[in-house]
Amino acid sequence: MFGERTDRIIGILSDSFFPILKAGLQFTIPLTLITFALGLILAFFTAVARLSAFKPLVLLTRFYVWIFRGTPLLVQLFIIFYGLPSVGITLNPFPAAVIVFTLNKGAYSSEIIRAAILSIPKGQWEAAYSIGMTKAQALRRVILPQAIRVSLPPLGNSFISLVKDTSLAATITVTELFQKGQQIAAVTYEPLWLYIEVAFIYLIFSTILSYLQDKLEIRYGRGIAK
Amino acid sequence: MDAGLLNKRGSSMINIQNLYKRFDKLEVLKGIDLSIEKGKTAVIIGPSGSGKTTLLRCLNLLEIPDQGTIALGKQTLKITESTKLKQAEIVAFRKQTGMVFQGYNLFPHLTALENVMEGQITVLRRSKEAAREKAMSLLEKVGLKDRAEMYPFQLSGGQQQRVGIARAMAMDPEVLLFDEPTSALDPELVGEVLKVMKDLSREGMTMVVVTHEMKFASEAADQVIFMDGGVVVEKGTPNEVINETKNPRTLQFLNKVAER
Repeated sequence: MFGERTDRIIGILSDSFFPILKAGLQFTIPLTLITFALGLILAFFTAVARLSAFKPLVLLTRFYVWIFRGTPLLVQLFIIFYGLPSVGITLNPFPAAVIVFTLNKGAYSSEIIRAAILSIPKGQWEAAYSIGMTKAQALRRVILPQAIRVSLPPLGNSFISLVKDTSLAATITVTELFQKGQQIAAVTYEPLWLYIEVAFIYLIFSTILSYLQDKLEIRYGRGIAK
Repeated sequence: MDAGLLNKRGSSMINIQNLYKRFDKLEVLKGIDLSIEKGKTAVIIGPSGSGKTTLLRCLNLLEIPDQGTIALGKQTLKITESTKLKQAEIVAFRKQTGMVFQGYNLFPHLTALENVMEGQITVLRRSKEAAREKAMSLLEKVGLKDRAEMYPFQLSGGQQQRVGIARAMAMDPEVLLFDEPTSALDPELVGEVLKVMKDLSREGMTMVVVTHEMKFASEAADQVIFMDGGVVVEKGTPNEVINETKNPRTLQFLNKVAER
């Protein structure tokens, strides 16, 4: 129709679209959602521990954040997946990716949550204390609901970047979206079009996720002037 | 452990003896002695930096004094340099008080009604229905029944402060503490807050009020306390301290306030 080469490219793209999308739905999305959820839980406890008055805990969390923020994600993946077997710990690719991404996201997100908690005015703590709340009650009922609101935009950004960061899991043989695209590009010799297709599918994913982010921000936005 | 619980005696609701508080090098309270009777309203006046707000914040342990004795309601805290209060002790003591803040400090993510319900549910473990009923009657008392479902940002400063008073009252405190409750308000909104406070005072609520409103002090106070430089310079009836004082420091302060 458009000439032989164009037909061939359209054929390759349409044949590969669903396999690549499937790899995304099978690995990229679960990896993103699982590690983001686990990372948030880890980040929450890390942030609270970091803000506690218990010195050893503070030092431990600072050390953890220091390590995972100060080294490349790619190197962390390689240490866990290719390095650990030499001391007898062998992990499957997917669990290895979950562990590394969770620890990495946990470190970054803990700083976001910590900053959000610190951004809530001191008067809010005092008002909570003045009606007889304990520190834990004040945190849970007064500070966190407000801190969540503050942290949603930066956490949303970090969520979107996680979707894309999961492409690094390809390097430890997880056949996620990018890896799948790479495999097809290697046999069809159409890297340009294949990688544009891969980029397009990432774009679909991140667009849907930012839409969810907007919804969440509206949900937690109650009580502020528009 | 020096903080012990003793029985209160007499009709005095608050009894402070020899109270000291310093922030690093700065000594803010230098041996305060004070007694406030049950059902009475005490107004603390004084220049900024005199320690009046710190004294008020020591009464609900938002600031922990370095030294001294505070008897409030059924509990007495004897504090020395080596005292380390546990959270449970602080909370138990604090629950006897309610506080109204200069900047209102309402919870912005909750409606007016929810602000007044929150402590009742979380701290006093009241049922939602009971908390709602109590909150509604308090909002009605402060004239804001029709604003119950609004968020703080939708309310004027005077309305927010009245919600703040209702929130404090909801905990059934023995004593209400007011920290310059009208200082952040536009002049035309001051009256509505003072009116609520006068009503409470008349109804026999024990109140300690830090304020610059001399008219309120004259009309509503049973006792006026003038503080300067971390000490109580003078205390007495409003007439004694505001109208007939001979104390040069009190006079100087009153003149400055009158110049505003």
